Amino acid sequence: MLFNKSISQIHDMLVNREISATELTKYYLKRINHYDKQLQSFIHLDEDKALEYALKAEQMFADNSYTPLTGIPVGMKDLFVTKDMPTTCGSKMLKGYMSPFNSTLVERFLSAGGVMVGKNNMDEFAMGSSNETSYYGECRNPWNTEYVPGGSSGGSASCVAARIATASIGTDTGGSIRQPASFCGVTGIKPTYGRISRYGMVAFASSLDQAGPIAPSAEDCAILLNHLSGFDKMDSTSSRMEKPDFTSGLNKSLEGLTIGIPEEFFSDQLDKRCAALIDEAKKELTALGAQFRSIHLPNLKYSVATYYVIAPCEASSNLSRFDGVRYGHRSEQSETLEEMYVNSRTEGFGEEVKRRIIVGTFALSSGYYDDYYQKAQKIRQVIRNDYLTAFRDVDVILCPSTPGTAFKIGEKIDDPISMYLADIFTISANLAGLPALSMPIGFIDELPYGLQLVGDRFCEKQLLQVAHQYQQVTQWHNKHPEEFGEIA
Amino acid sequence: MNRAIVIGLEVHIQLATQTKIFSGSSTKFGTKENSQASPVDLALPGTLPVINIEAINQALIFGLSTGSKINSRNVFARKNYFYPDLPKGYQITQHHAPILIGGEIPIERADGSTKTIRIHHSHLEEDAGKSIHSLQGKTGIDLNRAGQPLLEVVSMPDMYSVEDAIAYLKKLHHLVMYIGICDGNMQEGSFRCDANISLRADESAPFGTRVEIKNLNSFKFIEKALKYEIKRQNLQLDKNEPITQETRLYNEATEQTRSMRKKEDSHDYRYFSEPDLPTLIIDDKYIESFKNKMPELPAARVERYINTYELSEYDAKVLVSQRDIANYFDSVINTNSSLSPKLVANWIIGQLLSLINKAQIQFIDCPVPFSDFCVLIDRIQSNEISQTAGKTVLEQLWAQQGSVDDIISKNNLSQISDPDVLNNMIDEVIANSQSQYEAYMSGKTKLFGYFVGQVMKASHGKANPKLLNELLTKKLGNPV
Repeated sequence: MLFNKSISQIHDMLVNREISATELTKYYLKRINHYDKQLQSFIHLDEDKALEYALKAEQMFADNSYTPLTGIPVGMKDLFVTKDMPTTCGSKMLKGYMSPFNSTLVERFLSAGGVMVGKNNMDEFAMGSSNETSYYGECRNPWNTEYVPGGSSGGSASCVAARIATASIGTDTGGSIRQPASFCGVTGIKPTYGRISRYGMVAFASSLDQAGPIAPSAEDCAILLNHLSGFDKMDSTSSRMEKPDFTSGLNKSLEGLTIGIPEEFFSDQLDKRCAALIDEAKKELTALGAQFRSIHLPNLKYSVATYYVIAPCEASSNLSRFDGVRYGHRSEQSETLEEMYVNSRTEGFGEEVKRRIIVGTFALSSGYYDDYYQKAQKIRQVIRNDYLTAFRDVDVILCPSTPGTAFKIGEKIDDPISMYLADIFTISANLAGLPALSMPIGFIDELPYGLQLVGDRFCEKQLLQVAHQYQQVTQWHNKHPEEFGEIA
Repeated sequence: MNRAIVIGLEVHIQLATQTKIFSGSSTKFGTKENSQASPVDLALPGTLPVINIEAINQALIFGLSTGSKINSRNVFARKNYFYPDLPKGYQITQHHAPILIGGEIPIERADGSTKTIRIHHSHLEEDAGKSIHSLQGKTGIDLNRAGQPLLEVVSMPDMYSVEDAIAYLKKLHHLVMYIGICDGNMQEGSFRCDANISLRADESAPFGTRVEIKNLNSFKFIEKALKYEIKRQNLQLDKNEPITQETRLYNEATEQTRSMRKKEDSHDYRYFSEPDLPTLIIDDKYIESFKNKMPELPAARVERYINTYELSEYDAKVLVSQRDIANYFDSVINTNSSLSPKLVANWIIGQLLSLINKAQIQFIDCPVPFSDFCVLIDRIQSNEISQTAGKTVLEQLWAQQGSVDDIISKNNLSQISDPDVLNNMIDEVIANSQSQYEAYMSGKTKLFGYFVGQVMKASHGKANPKLLNELLTKKLGNPV
């Protein structure tokens, strides 16, 4: 089945002219048209543009200027601004918004010959853990459409799980790649902060945001990372570190590798069945030569509270530009400037976005700044130091991606605190700026469940190596929901 | 009651960079609305700021010129508030870690006394755009100015009179233009000032409640606004009414200030460090590299002109009033070190500057290259041409009529400095003026001038006057 092939397998077919980029794109567009009504994983699909990109890819094959991404049909989270397609960020505020420029990441993807098929659904402005805050309708989990795909990159994980795109590029501020990857049974990596340019990625929380690929396998992710990462002079926080070949070293044995197990993440509160799956995965990794070692990250317990101060503070400021003055939603009902601001933002933003703007505005207010923002920044440093200390003894840290499998649509939407706790295992990697990956390790009640690997700064290759080695001896990443089979 | 005045000033200096502080847009003034607004300036979704290192460099030059401490760790901050001409909904500025701390500006008063005004700190920030309210009931936004680099220089409350405040502003204005970090154009808003002013019983009393007057952009308005405000506060205090801490605006038409907002209405700017810009480290090596590139500062240059070239203080100050003039002077002297500095200074100040003023151009646009000017002074100093002829040559140089020597020969302006030729002329004049000669010899020495005039006439004005004097004195001798 074509849809279950890896990016490198498809690449070989394209190189050997077994299929053309246009045929391949049409194949995936057909799958999207057929299946996405029930998933709503795309906010915007542009068949004409996709075929245009495919034609360009064919040209690259013709003149031998192709890359491993040339002709590969991929979805793009609707948080990356694109010149050819609207960018909504899942919000009414940006309905129909056309950017005059491409984000750096999109530009790099397209110049590698990649085929952007459309823009993926997401929680509004990446705020949410279930994709239910999208103005364009909730996206669904292909393993069971009664369930959420996770969020905020829910559309990305959902379309990859249903194999209606080979991969998708998501973003991760507190777990928005890893949590939906876990819920949808796919592999996703949030690289080190600064690895991929944030230019053209609409900011949620600038010091935490990082883009990354979601795909069936670690190998696919590595190929994508090769073409997305690297210094960008337009993003002062992007790293000047030399970009490695992320695919090299995937086949290295895990012999001699030490994996840390943070005790704080394996409390009695962790679901027994989740713990059992993780134990199974550890056994596989042990068989592959890895050694395990217990470690402590004592300040991890503060990460959710810290995150929910810092992220809303930055968001409250980042979202100030959506004022109805230059672009985006402007209320028709306004007589005065003040009314224009209030009404445009009241009408344009959804509940969760407003909640976070209010929390952030409050926490930055004079009199509260020291108690909240300042203190959160200090704790953030302490959490970072915990990791730093841990990486003196271990190469990689292993922990759950999520407290459980996907929850039902509507189950948590009115309970923000329990929704925020869905990110409890993923948030600290963002606070510390570390790379982290989620990969599928099995099923609980027919819903997939993922394991998280956290690496030291700029050590994505180690995470990809561990995941790839695991995926060489297991098949979880190749599982796909049967309802989304080949179309007759 | 005569109360003591306390004034502190915040001056916004628009830095003379080619591009904006956080985007690549041009900073040119006066172009079509929004023609210099890039996606970054418009705050389009996904855009990020990138610091323009030239703005940092210019701030460093200012810091080194004023003895400020340069902060090695520069943190930018967001100042959050909503306004239509503030595209991001926040201004990127510096809050806790300004680029420059301290420094001072010495001022001189009309009576010759001096005082040092201390600078509290100077920080970098971006300018906002402009709202245009003259569009028939609608408001337009022009973002050409949004993102222009500003260095805000915040003084200590060290000025105790309006005169001191004006002297400080003029000194600062001169300095920033002199060191080349600002074009100083106040009408275009390149140099604007907010004034904080309060009154107290006497100079030993604690500070009174201060009032801020915003956006003053001419020395005249600043002076008028401060004077009005002093009067207003005095009247209020005379009536035993307290001064309210507030921000006021100066109305140029009514020459009064009016309340803009009270302290309790002031924004909560929710400052926090700008996460899109990493901490900018300025190390000692970088600062050292600037010290070598620093221009000679005005005070040192005036001193050098007085000590080395024996110029008067007045002349030295006129030359240093603009760096371009002083550079011109130096170029002339350096090209020909045998020239008299005093003569060069006189010709620049007396002749060249009056031509510049008459033409209403900037000195930098002076059409006479210093190399030509150098030759001109040499010809005057060596008596090849007279002072009067020199003026003619300069005027023709200005009008691009050729080189100095071409002009001299074309117009036959060389002086007669040959003693034999002059003696012949003198003999001829005496021969033709016997009655005057006899009168002179009998004691009417006032007639000396008559003989000078006659020789000048005979030489068509080209006789070297100094030599003529000598020869004539010798010839006529001492009568009786």
